Amino acid sequence: MLREEVMEKAGGGIWTWINYRGGAGQLAWVLHRVTGIGVFLFLLIHIVDTSLIGWGPEVYNKVVKLYHLPLFRIGEVILAGMVLYHALNGIRIIIIDLWEEATRFHRQLFYAAAIVFIIIFFPTAYLMLRPLL
Amino acid sequence: MIMKREVGPTPRPAGGFELYTWFFMRVSGLLLLVLALGHLTIMHLINSVDAINYAFVASRYTTPFWRTYDLLLLILALLHGLNGARTIIDDYVRPRGWRLLSLSCLYVLGLIFLTIGSLVILTFHPAGG
Repeated sequence: MLREEVMEKAGGGIWTWINYRGGAGQLAWVLHRVTGIGVFLFLLIHIVDTSLIGWGPEVYNKVVKLYHLPLFRIGEVILAGMVLYHALNGIRIIIIDLWEEATRFHRQLFYAAAIVFIIIFFPTAYLMLRPLL
Repeated sequence: MIMKREVGPTPRPAGGFELYTWFFMRVSGLLLLVLALGHLTIMHLINSVDAINYAFVASRYTTPFWRTYDLLLLILALLHGLNGARTIIDDYVRPRGWRLLSLSCLYVLGLIFLTIGSLVILTFHPAGG
C-alpha cells in the first residue's frame, strides 16, 4: 500500500502526518525527515552567510563571529548530530533497498545505527564543545 | 483502519522521472556521506569555527581543489535537499493549488540558492590579491 493511501485512510490530522506503522521503523522514518529538513534549512542559511564573503573581510568576519557564540556552538553540535543520523539511517535505507532480506532485520539495522550514532556523536560533541567547558 | 503493507523496501518507482530521483537520492547520498562528513570533520573538528574568517577562506580558495570540493558538495546537497523537500510537500500538501504554489516556491528558492552558492565559489577573488 502506498504511503498516500495509508494517510488517506487514517483520515488526516497532524498525528497521521507522522504516524505510520509505529515502532522502530516509523521512528527511523520520522527522524530521517526531521533531520533532513533541519540540515536543508541550515544549508540555505550557510549559503547566505558564505556569500557575504563577496562583500569583503569586514562584513564576512563580523557575520561569522556569530558562529563563535555559545548558542551557535550548541547549534553546531545539533547540526552535526542531525547530519550523522541522516547519514547512518541513509546507509540503512540503501542496505534495505539493495538487499531485500535486510527488510526482515530493519529494526536491528536501526538499533545498529543508533549504537554507531552514540559511539560517534558523544565524543565528537565533547571535542566540539571543549572550548566552552 | 490502516491496512498493513507487505513488509519490504520502499517501493521502487517503475520508471521515468521518479526512478531517476530515487536513484539520484541513493547515489548523491553515498557521495554526500564522504563530502558532507568530510566537510564537517575538516571544518569543525580538525579546525574550529573560531579559526574560520576571511583569511582562512581566502587561503583555502587559492587552490582549485577546495573550490571543486565545495561546488560538488553545494550542488549535491542542495539537489538532495530539494528532492527531499519535494517528497515531503507531495506527502503533506494535498490541495492542488497549495501544492503547486509550494512546489513553485521551492524550485524558485532552489534555483536562487544554487546560483548564489555557485557564483560565490566560482568567482570569489580575495581582496588585495
